[in-house]
Amino acid sequence: MDRRSETELIGFTLNGDAVQSASPGSARLSAVLREELNAKDVKVGCNAGDCGACTVLIDGAPVCACLTSTAQAKGRDVQTLRGVAPDILARLQQSFTAHQAAQCGICTPGMIVSAAALLRDVPSPNVAQVQDALGGVLCRCTGYRKIIDAVVAVGAGIPEVDATGAIGDAIARIDGQTKVDGSERFGDDVAPDGALVALVIRSPYPHAVFEFGDLEAVRKIDGIEAVLSAKDVPGDNLFGTIPGFIDQPVFAETQARFKGEAVALVIGEADTIAAFRIGDFPVTWTQLPAVQDVTEAQANDAPQLHTGHKNNLMCGGFVAHGDMDAGLAEADIVLSGSFETSFVEHAYIEPEAGYAEMVEGRLHLHICTQSPVMNQEALANILACDEDNIRIVPTAVGGGFGSKLDLTVHPYVCLGAMVTERPVRMCYSRVESMATSTKRHPGRIEIKGGVRHDGTLTGLRFVGDFNTGAYASWGPTVANRVPLHASGPYRIPNYRAQSKGIYTHCPPSGAFRGFGVPQSAIAQESLFDELAAAVGMDALEFRILNALDNGVPTVSGQVFEQGVGVKACLEALRPAWESGKAECVQFNASSHNLKRGVGIAAGWYGCGNTSMANPSTIKCGLRPDGTLVLHQGAVDIGQGSNTVITQIFAQAFGVAVDQVALVGADTDITPDAGKTSASRQTFVTGNAAKLSGESLRRQVLTLVNAAEDDQIVLGDGSIEMSGAHKIDLSRMDVGEDGYVMRAVASYDPPTEPLDENGQGVPYAQFGYAAHLVVVEVNTKLGTINPINIVAAHDVGQAINPLLVEGQVQGGVAQGLGMALMEEFIPGRTDNLHDYLIPTIGDVPPIETVIVEEPDAHGPFGAKGLGEHALIPTAPAILNAVNNATGVRLRHVPALPHRVRAALKEAGYE
Amino acid sequence: MEYLTPMSLDDALAALDAGELSIIAGGTDWYPAQGECPIECDILDVTRIAALRGISKAKDGWRIGAASTWSDVIAADLPAAFDGLKAAARDVGSVQIQNAGTIAGNLCNASPAADGVPPLLALKALVEICSAEGCRVVPLGTFITGVRRVALDKGEMVTAVIIPETSAALKSAFVKLGARKYLVISIAMVAVTCALRDGVLSDVRIAVGSCSPVAKRLSALEAALENQTLAQTDAILAEACLSALAPIDDVRGSKEYRVDVVATLIAQALREASHG
Repeated sequence: MDRRSETELIGFTLNGDAVQSASPGSARLSAVLREELNAKDVKVGCNAGDCGACTVLIDGAPVCACLTSTAQAKGRDVQTLRGVAPDILARLQQSFTAHQAAQCGICTPGMIVSAAALLRDVPSPNVAQVQDALGGVLCRCTGYRKIIDAVVAVGAGIPEVDATGAIGDAIARIDGQTKVDGSERFGDDVAPDGALVALVIRSPYPHAVFEFGDLEAVRKIDGIEAVLSAKDVPGDNLFGTIPGFIDQPVFAETQARFKGEAVALVIGEADTIAAFRIGDFPVTWTQLPAVQDVTEAQANDAPQLHTGHKNNLMCGGFVAHGDMDAGLAEADIVLSGSFETSFVEHAYIEPEAGYAEMVEGRLHLHICTQSPVMNQEALANILACDEDNIRIVPTAVGGGFGSKLDLTVHPYVCLGAMVTERPVRMCYSRVESMATSTKRHPGRIEIKGGVRHDGTLTGLRFVGDFNTGAYASWGPTVANRVPLHASGPYRIPNYRAQSKGIYTHCPPSGAFRGFGVPQSAIAQESLFDELAAAVGMDALEFRILNALDNGVPTVSGQVFEQGVGVKACLEALRPAWESGKAECVQFNASSHNLKRGVGIAAGWYGCGNTSMANPSTIKCGLRPDGTLVLHQGAVDIGQGSNTVITQIFAQAFGVAVDQVALVGADTDITPDAGKTSASRQTFVTGNAAKLSGESLRRQVLTLVNAAEDDQIVLGDGSIEMSGAHKIDLSRMDVGEDGYVMRAVASYDPPTEPLDENGQGVPYAQFGYAAHLVVVEVNTKLGTINPINIVAAHDVGQAINPLLVEGQVQGGVAQGLGMALMEEFIPGRTDNLHDYLIPTIGDVPPIETVIVEEPDAHGPFGAKGLGEHALIPTAPAILNAVNNATGVRLRHVPALPHRVRAALKEAGYE
Repeated sequence: MEYLTPMSLDDALAALDAGELSIIAGGTDWYPAQGECPIECDILDVTRIAALRGISKAKDGWRIGAASTWSDVIAADLPAAFDGLKAAARDVGSVQIQNAGTIAGNLCNASPAADGVPPLLALKALVEICSAEGCRVVPLGTFITGVRRVALDKGEMVTAVIIPETSAALKSAFVKLGARKYLVISIAMVAVTCALRDGVLSDVRIAVGSCSPVAKRLSALEAALENQTLAQTDAILAEACLSALAPIDDVRGSKEYRVDVVATLIAQALREASHG
């Protein structure tokens, strides 16, 4: 028998090399590969076999390294991404890149390893074979179809892309190589060897008071370097995102307001922390009554979460336009409905992670973040130091979708580094991530709409209560955005919308792709289908009739003279709508328990902050050697800003994309390009990049008096102009940042404040969308199976159509998940097997239709896109279910038991 | 903290006899159960014992070694009676889980939603249990005694699952209902084996999982379907008494829903078995 003693090593082959591990036999192979053998191309997303990011081949068979003991690898052949068959790997990498099958890239190693095993056995797999082989790897960015296409294409033929990256060119993302070769460095991939590890002690109850015991005893444990709590925070023990709503403590001081809230921090050597039993931490809890429901929380006798917020009202939002009561009174038909949505978890595959260290008296934080400068400001306040003394270096971000705007591990590793003067790292466990990070606000919505017999909308009333959890986070943004968007992209002459954010003893709800608009769209687009039916109108024609248009005021009284593309999006669905309706009728005629239906919904989203400054700044320069450098601070969380901003800049300056050297994001070297949220980077930072590129171009042209349309050709230490001018850069004076010429430009979208009725200019531009979904409902089981989806998006000008498709398909998949399966229940579904997100078998083919109604403010006419992509999906699915069955679902997710109950209530056997 | 990797069954049983050990095979349930807690127990890894792996024809049935993986089941050349078991194997988690997770691990983990249990119940599987003292064989139905509970005494481990000889006419199917395609814990599942001659059912066995603490055979329903035609099954199922089941409400579905859909799943499984 092999009875291992502590000194024995475990030997195996890793990517062709003989290696040895000194870890215990029971150590998870994933941890040994990453931490001991430096195979950082193995990613860990859940440590439970639920996500497949850590997939490796053992003797050729894909397994989750997180479920494999290191002892089981002994004598075996272990292959990570870097070690799979080189010929297959090269073709997979080429195909993944060509299809943009990797967005953030965190799932890519698991996908590629799984695909390599398939392709070894099945050189030309079909879609179903790819789905079966990759079914164990979750992706949250792509919607999977590009991954399927990429793997199928390895057998069937990989498309070639031949383009320079001009505006409109579908080039592969310029930062794609590291995502497919395993070298991308995410939040947990960058800490130096020997870094201390931070462990947060958290509340086991949604509401409790606590007292610490003997913390000194913990501090004395060998290998523990620090134990910190609220009183060790040098600055304000608070953080948040919206001025006036900075209400979340770094450490709860006496009472915890949600399960998982931080109360203390233990910092120690990696081995010590790994062996530390959280249950041994000296803290005693007294559980208190908790309120987790928004209606109960507003009761007079409900526990109050924060002083000054009576009835747990965080804040509200309000928009009134025309006379809503009169509008409903003049309607021929008035319908109303109640809708309910659930907490939705972002479920990026990369948990929050990073490390901090002191460097020459300054704090350096390497972190997966969507908002480096906001993080810098918040940390300066917590740590009581100047912002200049904090450098934020964003790592690659393995998905964000809004939640990585907020502070998570940041203050803990920073405090740890300051106190211990050693590098301190932390990576949330999956449960920790899901229990404590922000969520999509659950909405409880009442909506009422009036329509004339001719189909014209006369009025709409919207009332929505949103569960903002224990702390504000981005709740005020949701409260503000919802009333401005709850009309949908329609002409509504008489409108009143009211929203409330309600505190509860739940994890904070925050920013999640759409800031409340996906929730309101479910209610509004469902009601519109009912209104259309009530007046006997086709659902598409009803929407086209009432659609917003150029010159027509929005519900905030804003009038766009151009660029309103919702009608064009709806029109783009017409062929699929007509054929879908006919095919469903035909199918249903001969089908008893399976019923098909087609549904549509539209959506809109204002790009950038709501009536608030949100400038972006872009810097660029030319080095004496002729290198053109773009300082790009818009964090690319997978959506593609590195590529899109570079395309815009290159076009403005007048060179091909491959002539641009990209640096950043890094608060020391890139100016503030704002946060990656609110669908603002292509629009806002894109404009800054355009201005910056144009400014630098002007400098070059002016220097030699070249003509406006002269072409710039960058050479080795020189520029040659097409008009025969030549600039010898190497002889020019070197100025600031080491550049011979440099430009810095900012852009802030022109908005205006809103009055007390929400009237004004909240956004400089909106993007528009309309989706169509065909579903098949099993009426006996209550299951909903989406068959195909068409997504039409007005993006003004597609800077990169390949990346547009990526955003759209990824958003659609999230909308599908929200509609059908995603329900975060605090304390209950805080893992990736009880909380379900779509797998590769759940997302049907998606046809992306790009509509281009240029925007006056967008760079080259471009509009933002990130959030728009998921807004119409869920209501389109619900409308399709109604079309299939006649049943109106009002509670998402439409889990099978809810659907079946609704069907039975409607008389289905 | 010891990690033992015996190469022979005798060594494994001797080690089990000598001390408290946590048995690990595929690790697909064991590691998630540890969460982020430090691993402090002594471990017996049974995956290097050759005798525990493999699927073979025995003299009066089939023997599936305890440490055989779901992928082993899928790859094995087995009669049609095992189609349901193979379908269940393909529905276990994902390829990654199927490559590591084992038959005995699935049984010993004793989840109400264990994918392997309904098809093995429908195959009248027996569980071979050995200790240093010797071996015994018990029916699967009595081996799993409750949620996360099995009838293993100290020093014992499962060494094989034995399927009694099946008639060549026996067909089978497995239907799993979940809220997504892959990596899903079932809301309810049904395994069926039956023979079909001239459209008449015989030797009907129906097992339902995720609708009671331990998956169950529905013997009353089986008896009612015996010697009936496939066309009659819907009427029988509509009247079927499913009181043997005791589903619970959880995040995956309500108990009412589970009771409601079982008949539909059984009908589907019977159809699939008959056409298979």
